[in-house]
Amino acid sequence: MLRVVNAELRKLRRPTLLYSTFLVVVLLTGLFTSIVFLRVKSGHGEGQRGVPITVETLSQADGLVFGFKLVAFFLGITALCVFASQTAQEYSLGTLRNLLLRQPARMKILAGKYISMTIFAIALVFADAIVAIGISIGLAGHATISTTAWFTASALSIFGKTFLNVLLATMAYGTLGMILGLLFRSPIAAIATGVIWSLILESILSAVVTSTTRWLPGQNFSNISQGGSVEISYHWSLIISFIYLSGASAVVAVLFKRRDVAN
Amino acid sequence: MTTAISVTDLSKIYGEREALSHATFEVPLGSVCGFVGPNGSGKTTTIRMLLGLITPTGGTGSVLGESIAQPERYLPRVGAMIEGPAFYPALSGSENLRVLASLGGFPQARVDELLERVGLHDRGGSKYKTYSLGMKQRLGIAAALLPQPKLLVLDEPTNGLDPSGIQEVRNLIKDLAADGTSVFVSSHLLSELEMIAEHLVMLRQGKVLFSGRTQDLLKSQSAMLIAKPEFAVDLNAFVSVLTQAEYDVTIEDGSVNIVADADVAPTINRLAFEAGITLALLTAVRPTLEETFFEMTGE
Repeated sequence: MLRVVNAELRKLRRPTLLYSTFLVVVLLTGLFTSIVFLRVKSGHGEGQRGVPITVETLSQADGLVFGFKLVAFFLGITALCVFASQTAQEYSLGTLRNLLLRQPARMKILAGKYISMTIFAIALVFADAIVAIGISIGLAGHATISTTAWFTASALSIFGKTFLNVLLATMAYGTLGMILGLLFRSPIAAIATGVIWSLILESILSAVVTSTTRWLPGQNFSNISQGGSVEISYHWSLIISFIYLSGASAVVAVLFKRRDVAN
Repeated sequence: MTTAISVTDLSKIYGEREALSHATFEVPLGSVCGFVGPNGSGKTTTIRMLLGLITPTGGTGSVLGESIAQPERYLPRVGAMIEGPAFYPALSGSENLRVLASLGGFPQARVDELLERVGLHDRGGSKYKTYSLGMKQRLGIAAALLPQPKLLVLDEPTNGLDPSGIQEVRNLIKDLAADGTSVFVSSHLLSELEMIAEHLVMLRQGKVLFSGRTQDLLKSQSAMLIAKPEFAVDLNAFVSVLTQAEYDVTIEDGSVNIVADADVAPTINRLAFEAGITLALLTAVRPTLEETFFEMTGE
């Protein structure tokens, strides 16, 4: 298993993938966090769906992770794309046969891939947290936000929970990407389906038929990253996401194990 | 264990199409065995089943003494290149090999050694996507050699190689065989296979047409004598003499092709002499593997 993880990490740390992914994530995190802090006094509200963000809001203990939470959805979509492409490309490039020659235990290949991409996702979320928190601290003075509450035990606990929630949500999106990659065996098809579903279809569905929101996977993944909401509880999102992902993972794992590798 | 590969009644059916039908053959241990057949005859399907990539519909098989139902038992001792090389375009040739070395638990030092062996030492750091077809093929062969295999399975290893590359692959296979490695090689370059393969498995439409020693196959084909009278005016008279002696003859480019073994040559020469005809040429030819292949497969 460790061999598979090592081999997969070699692929994940190729400069084009590693640098471009981290650069995009860091830039967007920087952009969103900066906007929140630089426009906090504008009075127009820069929160989600018009919820105003005030100096008082950002002065709370959870103000430190506000920017970090804001880009959780984007981190999820990034993970979806990376997981989907890393899985599906083995089929489209024909490299799966090489992997299976050197490691015939197919479940080990799958598990090793998942572990290595989890490591990648952890690094991505960690980098994102550093950038978001660094910018928040850097711009707090400019926005005259009191940071006293940010450096308390309560703030540390909030940071820990938020990090875990964002990581869980990122992993949920990534797992969805891997499932789609195994199902479609084409990076383009897998990414297109995942992104269109999560970004467009779910948004339309939840806006038009609000009762569907609590059943939509992407909405629940995002809800995990936010630590729950008034409409959907955190635990509901955790449970429903686990049911969806474990069910779909079991199906694609059986397919992966039994399907002939004919390309 | 005396066989590197042994299959009995091996079959694979896709829907209503039978890709391989009750194939039975053996590849002796330590031999070079050619695997030939027209496109779509089931060669790659067979190779994939031997490597655990495809599940057979029926039949049994063993590789290096282990059942093909448990590929994990023999694959660490098998190197293979199937249907051309397949690597990650954004990684260098060297990195691609390192990925496979990590996966198989082989020493990383072996990567440089193999790049040197296949003539890619100076391009190992270049991205795979910048490689020519011949370089990709060489990298594929290097990947197949990573485990220091007891059995090497190569599917069209000379595709895209220039003549010197083809010669290098031929020599590589010979060297490996000399070291005791069994080689199972599929190729459309039958003249190459004739030079290196002691054994042969021939497929057509999913069925095994021949399995055994290459020499036995070639010997089983009709030999031919080619004779040419010194003077063209004697051609018809010579044909008449041979026909009267009940030989099967045809005229081609001023020569007479006689279906007969080499030991009949003195008799032919005597018949011509007795008819007052001087022969400028009398030579025995055996069909090449290519000619035999065309005759047997009807291609």
